[in-house]
Amino acid sequence: MVDSAVVLWGQTLAYTLYCLVMISLVGWFGYRVTRATEGPGVRPAYFYTFVGFLAVLGVSLHIITYNTIPWTAMDLHRGDYTPDKTFEIRVANHEFQLPAERLEIDCSELVLFDVTSEDLTYGFGVFRPDHSMVFQMQVVPGHRNDILWRFEEDGIYTIRSTEYSGPRGVFMIMEDVVEVTGCGVADA
Amino acid sequence: MSFKETFMKGEQGLFKPDSLTPMQKIVLRFVVVGLVFYLFAIVEGMIMRMYQITPLPFVSEEQFFAILTAHPLVGIFGSTYSLVCGAFLFLVPYLMKKPLWSMKAANLTWIFIAVGTLVFWAAGFISHYAPLYTLYWPLPADFSQFSLWGGTIFVVGIALVMVGSALFVINVFKTITYTPEGWEKQPAGALLGSAIGYSGFKNLFRRRKEEHLVPLPVAAIARGSVDMALNTTVILFTGVLILVYMVAAIFGTDLSQTAVDALLYKNWFWWGLDLIADGLVLIFVAGTWYLLAMMITGRKLFMQNIARAALLVELVVSWTVWSHHLLSDQAQPAILKVVSGELVTAFELITQGLAFFITLATLWAARPLKMTNELKFLLGGLLGFALAVPAGIMQADVGLNRILHNTQWIVGPHVHVAVLVGLTMTLYAAIYILFPIVTNGAKLYSQKLANFHFWGHLLGGIGMGAFMGMAGLQGMLRRSLYVEGEFGIYMILAGLSGALLLAAFLAFFLNIVMSIGLQGVIGIFMPAKLKTSDMVPAE
Repeated sequence: MVDSAVVLWGQTLAYTLYCLVMISLVGWFGYRVTRATEGPGVRPAYFYTFVGFLAVLGVSLHIITYNTIPWTAMDLHRGDYTPDKTFEIRVANHEFQLPAERLEIDCSELVLFDVTSEDLTYGFGVFRPDHSMVFQMQVVPGHRNDILWRFEEDGIYTIRSTEYSGPRGVFMIMEDVVEVTGCGVADA
Repeated sequence: MSFKETFMKGEQGLFKPDSLTPMQKIVLRFVVVGLVFYLFAIVEGMIMRMYQITPLPFVSEEQFFAILTAHPLVGIFGSTYSLVCGAFLFLVPYLMKKPLWSMKAANLTWIFIAVGTLVFWAAGFISHYAPLYTLYWPLPADFSQFSLWGGTIFVVGIALVMVGSALFVINVFKTITYTPEGWEKQPAGALLGSAIGYSGFKNLFRRRKEEHLVPLPVAAIARGSVDMALNTTVILFTGVLILVYMVAAIFGTDLSQTAVDALLYKNWFWWGLDLIADGLVLIFVAGTWYLLAMMITGRKLFMQNIARAALLVELVVSWTVWSHHLLSDQAQPAILKVVSGELVTAFELITQGLAFFITLATLWAARPLKMTNELKFLLGGLLGFALAVPAGIMQADVGLNRILHNTQWIVGPHVHVAVLVGLTMTLYAAIYILFPIVTNGAKLYSQKLANFHFWGHLLGGIGMGAFMGMAGLQGMLRRSLYVEGEFGIYMILAGLSGALLLAAFLAFFLNIVMSIGLQGVIGIFMPAKLKTSDMVPAE
């Protein structure tokens, strides 16, 4: 199943490979450009091919992620979905106010987190016990801040503000307040 | 010469401040100011790196966030603006072969930038004013967390820097278009059209190509200056807005914070700020790459008309790209997220990739080249953007942003690699190539120090960005604190990389001081003895 951990692993692999190729390429260029081997310049055809490649790459990245990352389409069209469960959460004076002591979620339920700020701009992030991120959004005062999510693995998660709201906001952390059960598979 | 003698008089005593033209002195003043503030920024950066490894007993949390607020502003305004403004105020008249429009305005520019930076830095240091550079409304006006007077002085400091920026922009455009005394009347409109890339764009569709009135690097400088002017307006407006709340509070009136819409403010702020990050930086850097490639090879630029037209395209891109900062704002319209946030942002891959290719192709056509300091730093700068721009494109994706936004990924592989490796190494390349021109042939003290500067900066910059990025992919947030060693190993490695960066800069600083000597540094700030508007002394 594709979750944020899988997406991040894929990104790490792809970007690391890209960096190694680019560093090698510039290193090779630096070596060759100093060699006494005169030759022809670069043909314009190579240039146009390169620009075309960049255009395809830039657009295809978004097409691929739209079709492979499960939350992307749901996020852009979340008005079309009916959540199975809604949690209304308030944030004020650097504190989250949850509707219950622990937010209990059944596996595969479509959950809406609807977060309202009464003063500053905050963030709302859900994190695994190893501190890796499941998802996050901004919480802007005076606006609706809602996110749909479907958990496919069992686990206990922490809520943390992901936006700086002054020194007092750094420790806006509520540990182990989201619990997902019924999947039969534990979140790695 | 003994070490002490060289320290006082410079390498072989070759640097003579009295031989400098007023224009050369102005440039060197900018450089000194820029390097001193770079030292500020890098020391602040190291304090924060150490704090992320383990909280330092002599730095409170409030002080940490005040440093976090000042650090990017000192780095960008105090250092980068100084270096860029100094270099471009010299290069525009130098390449246009006409005197600078106003030396007085040029002197005022560095003074405003230096004084403004010192003022906001000191205000933050003393009062711990720390709404960060993002200033998300209503945080800058949250007087329950921040000092009212500290904030007021901080904003005044930023405003002074903006006045300096405005003077720079006026000076650049006036220099391009004005008619110097005794000259034939200059075609101001045609010069302006050439400067903003319009003539290059028209040439793409013409059989008979129109001659360019303005050299390509000047066109890039002018194009970036348009964004700088708009950015100055946005920051000044934002500063005035915050000041209104502060002054009202000083007089005992609390204005309603909800009178300003937080999301609209965020859009406005990022629209303005991206004119620096996505417009000005990319264009100024592209222009500097082109200039360096032409100076290093002594040849024309590969695909010159495309390069000019791309400057005009970037005008549209940089004005419409801001929404990638709001992909995690759920109230932001989806159409803006997709069109501005994703698609227009992806265009930066093309405009920057194009500049990357053109620069490399120009160098390639002139091989074999000598691996000079300017060439190796130019290649470092190209590599920096080759690594940082795709990192930015990845986070400007609705799906990926959900798990990358506000993590160390953003500030590591994207921001720091772009600024430290891409931008700063490009600026170093410009400093190395311009050094003999603006010092009338002063000699670099040590090539070994220059080599260490290169490798230390390159490895330190990439290393720091990489380890911050790895922590970000594991969930570590930016603008936050982890006091229980959650990401300790990454932070230790990032700290060691940062230390290498600091050592590289100190080597460079020593090399420059030993090259021109302490007396030379003082002489730069003394009035010029030559009374001429020429860029360099007559032969």
